[in-house]
Parts: sequence; C-alpha cells; structure tokens
Amino acid sequence: MLSLRGLTRRFGGLTAVDAIDLDLARGELISIIGPNGAGKTTLFNLVTGLDRPDAGHVSFEGGDITGLSPERLAAEGIGRTFQLGRVFGNLSVMDNVLIGAHTRLRAVKPAVPVIGPLLELGLALLRPASVKLEEEKLREQVKAILARFGERLLPRIDQPAYSLSYANRRRVEIARALALKPRLLLLDEPTAGMNPTETAEMQTLVAELKAEGLTILLIEHKLEMVMRLSDRVIVMDEGRKIAEGPGEVVRNDPKVIEAYLGHGLSGTAEQESAA
Amino acid sequence: MSSWLDYTINGLIVGNVYALVAVGLALIFGVSRLINFAQGSIYLVGAYIGWVAVVQLHTPLPLTIIVVAASAAVVGLIIERFGLRPLQNSVRIAPLLATIGISFVLDQLVMLTFSPNPRALPSQLPDVRFQVGGGTIGPLDLLIAGVGITSALLLFVFLRYSKLGWAVRATAQDRDAAMQMGVDVNRVNQAVFGIAAALGGVSGMLVGMYYNQIDTAMSLQATLKGVVAEVVGGAGNVPGAVVGSLLLGLVESYGVAVFGTSYRNLFAFLLLVVVLVLRPNGLFASARQAPPEPLTGTFIAPSRPVRIPRWALLAATGIFAILPLFPVSFYVLQTFINAWLLGMLALSLTLVAGTIGQVSLGHAALLAIGAYTSALLSLNFSVPVGLAVIGGGLMSAALGTALISPSFRLRGHYVSIATLAIGEIVSLVILNWESVTRGPIGISGIPPLSLFGYELISPTSIYWFSFAVMIVLALLQGRLLGSHLGRSFRAIRDDDIAARAYGLSLNRYKSLAFIFGGFAAGVSGGIAAHLYSYINHETFNTQQSILALTVVILGGLGNVVGAIVGSVALVGLPELFRIAAEYRILIYGIVLLLLVRFRPQGLLGTM
Repeated sequence: MLSLRGLTRRFGGLTAVDAIDLDLARGELISIIGPNGAGKTTLFNLVTGLDRPDAGHVSFEGGDITGLSPERLAAEGIGRTFQLGRVFGNLSVMDNVLIGAHTRLRAVKPAVPVIGPLLELGLALLRPASVKLEEEKLREQVKAILARFGERLLPRIDQPAYSLSYANRRRVEIARALALKPRLLLLDEPTAGMNPTETAEMQTLVAELKAEGLTILLIEHKLEMVMRLSDRVIVMDEGRKIAEGPGEVVRNDPKVIEAYLGHGLSGTAEQESAA
Repeated sequence: MSSWLDYTINGLIVGNVYALVAVGLALIFGVSRLINFAQGSIYLVGAYIGWVAVVQLHTPLPLTIIVVAASAAVVGLIIERFGLRPLQNSVRIAPLLATIGISFVLDQLVMLTFSPNPRALPSQLPDVRFQVGGGTIGPLDLLIAGVGITSALLLFVFLRYSKLGWAVRATAQDRDAAMQMGVDVNRVNQAVFGIAAALGGVSGMLVGMYYNQIDTAMSLQATLKGVVAEVVGGAGNVPGAVVGSLLLGLVESYGVAVFGTSYRNLFAFLLLVVVLVLRPNGLFASARQAPPEPLTGTFIAPSRPVRIPRWALLAATGIFAILPLFPVSFYVLQTFINAWLLGMLALSLTLVAGTIGQVSLGHAALLAIGAYTSALLSLNFSVPVGLAVIGGGLMSAALGTALISPSFRLRGHYVSIATLAIGEIVSLVILNWESVTRGPIGISGIPPLSLFGYELISPTSIYWFSFAVMIVLALLQGRLLGSHLGRSFRAIRDDDIAARAYGLSLNRYKSLAFIFGGFAAGVSGGIAAHLYSYINHETFNTQQSILALTVVILGGLGNVVGAIVGSVALVGLPELFRIAAEYRILIYGIVLLLLVRFRPQGLLGTM
C-alpha cells in the first residue's frame, strides 16, 4: 500500500533520513523505533508531505506521491498525529475533530475549478439544507469517534483544546486523524507523556483500530506496546534502517542494542542481558 | 557618465545609513526573533536629539555623535526593560504589537515636543565637494561612510572577541541552550537593544544632516527601509543586513535616476516583496531550511470569549438604530458615523488578523482601493453611488486579495512586514498613476451618498445608512464564523502545519478571508469617499491601519462584537473627553501597549 524507496533527507551536513526502504501492506501495522534523533519524525514528515525528500520515492496505493503537498495527501487519505501534540489550541474539542473531517466535506466544497473557493464561501454563508445536513452528520460522527475514548473527551467536547491535559490533547489528535477516515494512519508517539493506565488504554485503542483493518505506521518508544501491536518493527539509527523484522528478532539484534545503549557500551549491555 | 558615478556614491551613502538601522534590526531579530517596529522611532529621536545638540547646545561634532548615541541607547534600554521584557513569556504576537505601540508613542512624543513642522539640521562640516573620478563627494559623505565602517568594525570586534558578544551570538543560535549554559539572556537583550538604538539614533542624525531636514514622518520610512534591507539580507543575519542595505541604497538611487524621485520608495517595497516571495529567508540563506519548530496555539492569547446574550445585542442594536430620533446633536451623530465606518474596517481586520492570524499592517490600502474605485465609478462612469460603493467593495476584495497574496506563504511577523509594504505600494501607485487616480491632486467633487436616487445628505440619513451597512456586514461575518470556514480559518491561525496536514489549503482560505474582509473594508472606504467628497493618496494612511489594529485588539481578536465595541470606544471616548486631535494617536499607542501587557485577549476575548 505504502512503499518508500531510497528516501533521503539532508539538513546541511546531517543526513536525517538515509536511503530508507519500507513496504507497508494493507491492514499491516509497522512500528518504527530508534533512539531520539534517529530520523523517525523526519521520515513521517517526508511521507506526509510536510517536508520534501532530497532523493528517493514514496508511492501510495500504486501512485507516486513524492513531494505532493500535505493538503493533497490528506485528501488521499493519509492521516497523522504529531509528536508534540499539535491541536488547535483555541478550537473546541468538537471543532478540532471536525477539522479532521475537512477533506470529506462535500456540500461546501463544490468541485468547480477556479470559482470553487467563491462557491465555497457562498455556500458557507447561505447554508442550504444539504450543507446543514452534512454538518449534522459529521457532528454525530465526531461524537461516535470521541466515544471511543470513554469519558475522557465527551464531557469536554465544547472546551477549548488549550484547557485539556496533555494526554487528552494526544487523544484529540488521534480523534482528529480518525475523522479523516484515513486509509493510512501515522501515529507519532501516541503515548508520549502518558502514565501506565493511559498507555494501556491507548494500546487497546490502537489494537482495535488494527483489528478494524486500518493500516498503521507507528513511532513509539514504549517497547512493550511495540512488541504487542506490531506485525513488523523497523529500527532506525542516525537516519539509517539498521534492522527490520518481527519484534522478537529485532529486540535481540546486537546492532539494535548498540544503537540504543551507545557505541562502545554494547559489550556491557550483552553481559547485563546475559546476567 | 559622471552622474552615474554620483548616483552610485549617493546609493552607497544612503545604503550606509540604512545599514545602521538594519544592523540593529538584525541583531534584535537574531536574539529575540522580533522585528522591532520601533527602530525607526529611535532613529527619529536620534535626529531630534541631534538637532537639540547642534542648534541649541552648539556641541562640536564628535560630542554630538556621542550625545546622540548615548541618549538613543538609553531609549533603547527603556524600551527593552519596560516595553518588551514583561512580554517574554507572552504569545508570539505580543512583542510585535508592543513595538508598534512604542513606535507610535515615541513618534507622537517627538511630534508634541517639537511640532510636526520640518526643521533644518545643519551639518557641522564644511560645505565643500571633492572631485572623485567623474563625480563629487563631500565631507558629510565621508563621515557617513566612516561612521558606517567604524560601527561595522566595532560590532565585529564586539561580537567576535568580547564575552558579551559571544553570549549574543550564542543566544541568537539557540536561546534555550544559551540560557541552560548560564547566559543571562536579559543582559544580552539589553546589550542588543542598546547597540541597535545607538546605531539607529546616529543614523537618524546623519540623515538629518545629509538632507538638512528632519520631520516626524522620517520614523515610519526608516523602519520600512531598515526592515527591507534586513529582510533582503536575511533576517537576523548581520553582515547580510549590511549588504542588503547597500543593495537597497543602489536600487533606489538608480531607480530615482531613471524614473524620478516619487518612485524611490516604490522600488524599495517592490524589492522587499520580490525577495519575500522568491527567497523568504533572504538573499544569502541556503534555499532549504529545517522545518520550523512546532508551536501550537501560541499565536494569540487563549481566552474564553465573553458571551453576550442575544437580547442584549438586540437591545443595543435597537438603541443605536433609534438614536437619531432623540434630540442628539449633529456632532454626536457625526462621531458615531465615524465609529461605524471604522467598525467596518475593524470587522475586516479582526477577520484577517484575528480569525486567520494574518496581522495586516496595510489594511488602509483596502480602504483606499474601495474609495478610489467607488469615486471613479460614480464620477467617470456615472454609476449610481449605491452600486459604486458595492463596486468599491468588490474591487477591494479582488484587487486587495491579489495584491496581498504574495504574503500568503509567509508566517508570523513577516506577514506584517509584507502587508505594510504592500499598503505603501498601493499608496505610491495611487500617487504616481496620474492618468487614472489624478495623482497628488486627488479626486474632488465626489458625489454624495445616494440610495435609489435619493441623496443622503442629512447626518441622520447618513447615520442610518452606515449603521445598517455595518450591521449587515457584522451579521454576515458572524454567519461566516459559524460555518466550516470559521473553524478552518481559526485552525490555520492556531497551527498552519497541522491544518495543512488535514487538507486545509493555506492559499485558498487566506484568499477567502481577504476576499470577505476586503469587501467590508472596501465598502467602508467607498462610503468614506462619498462622505468626504475629496480623497487623495494620503487620506487612507498607516495611522488608520494601526488605529484599526488597536480597535481589533481592544475588542478581542476575531471578535465581531468586539470590533464594533472597540470602534465606538476608540472613536467615541476621545470625543467624549474632548481630547485634542494631536493627543489621540498618542493615546491609541498607549492603549495598545497597556492592552498587550495587561489584557492581551481584549475586552470581549479572542475567538
């Protein structure tokens, strides 16, 4: 479904993403792990169009999407969350999640070239029955999505996102991504800053999404969660892919242990794991 | 040929002066990511202190320079300490607004102290010209070049070899890391503001001597030119600012040589817009930068808007609608007519600056486009005035949006610079396009307002007309904000990167916001043209843009009711207290400063 070939991004002298190949099949969940600064988020930015690769290709559902704008990719059904929780602070929870459904708005985005934006403005001001109906339906869908988070978000549906706890902001982000009805979902550290209970909830949710057939690319530091959820794990270090395979295999790969514990220390690490 | 050499020398000298301003701007941008709109005011203060020293105290030249540099530095330190340091943990827009407020306060203080009339600032150097090649050069040229080169060298030594200079460079590279390593960022800011102000003040004095004239209009021009030079060189890049300044000086000088004096500024601003569009990081930046760091929802102050019950709004509307039926004086009606016209402009700006976060400083240009279109339609094509005003609104929506569109790819403070420059370009085009706009003479004899053939001449009918138009625009805007467009605009303001990742095209929605807002502003300008019956290129100036911005912040960014409340407050209260006109702008500046400091969400809260 998604495949990356030789994807490379350099910042000055630093190669943040170095010739990455990756293939993701429909319904698969692949986790990307690696130490901080390994290039995981940059890779996400390249896939979602927020950054452009210096070399390499991204294809999605058979089409080349390299260097397309994030707007186009969202319309193609690629949804993502951000590492630092980029919610719209002054928008309510409801509005945040409705923005996720933006690409699906039909009645207010007439497919007429050139004067399309003006018609959109006109429809937004006049709001005929079809527009109202669509908006109502979307609001119902948003409530259904929020219900997946139990009582975490529903009682706060009209509160501005800046007033939410850190964990709730992460949840809003995921709800927003789900409102896109994504064909591919990229989750960037969904459990960052969450306590064990909250992490377990999130793990259950991601497992549910996977069971529903959603294709997911996950960046995560909590290995327990990675091991349980992933079909395959990819390990990145200094921009390169250093290991790939089932979680158990990757976990015991000496190169991975070295990347995590620092070069030159791996001998000690092996002794410790033996002991 | 000789004249070309003269133009080159003139360009380099003027460029040297710009460099003194631009280097200060670059230093400040480097350490605090802030475009200091008060830099031109310090330049103005420097020029007037120079005048006091030369004309009143008869100080010798070296002492004059020292006095000017020292007093300007003190002004810079005061600005840093009391204007900006309290805003350190504030939202991104706050320091920018504060420097705008400071600039207005300083300019007005100078104007009130010295009167707005131009003064002569005699050069203290002998008036001789030396032949150099085919051109001539005077001692003042040499002095300016000397001051420029000396300051550059001193600054280089300071930044390269002194401990504080290291701290400045470290802070410019990574403020947080510098703080972690024990750098006193407040001291760095102080040093930078002091140096920038000293350079700016000396520069103002030198320019005053160069043209042997100083006046209070110098301030805005200097800020604009300094910012142009700085942005051309790459914001925060000190050597780049010097090169950008010299380039700007030459472009202007050659432009004047070919096309004439009235085109001087047009070239500067066109250069700015071209650079911003083609190389937004300046001429010397590497083409691709790392993506900007994530910052969420920090653009405006988070707040819960004050909910005003519907009946209260209806009651207020009703009271104002029947106001002319009571025995009120024409003067009161006139005041409210002004408030309604400003209200339309504020509605437009609160949408653009508040709802979608594009802090436009050139909003008066939209008034001008609307006013000229409506005036010319009714005069040249005998279009009925009612339709002509709508035509003005449509033209402002279309042309205004097209003109501002180069700024759509910019972020944060750059948007303000670009819109300021675009506003100036509009005013300069009006001045120079004589065949259509009648140039500096302006347009007179504009027919009065009329509706369906009935002329609206009595203050009562004009009151009702402008009030009704404003209410209709406000209702439309409220309806817009309640649609999916409202939340899309606000999402783009809060986090444009996340917004794009969810399919919101920035160009599309910024265009729609400017189209809608441009219409309201154009209608306001159109009505104003028919009320004033005479307009020229200065009728709609930057002061009105700033007044509108103050109104919008007073009411609460993005807040429709707030825009109207703010307009009534800022137009009505000075009238109520019979404050003389020359103090009003000072008061607007102070209001802006106090708001930013103590109630950034405005009276009714941001939306």
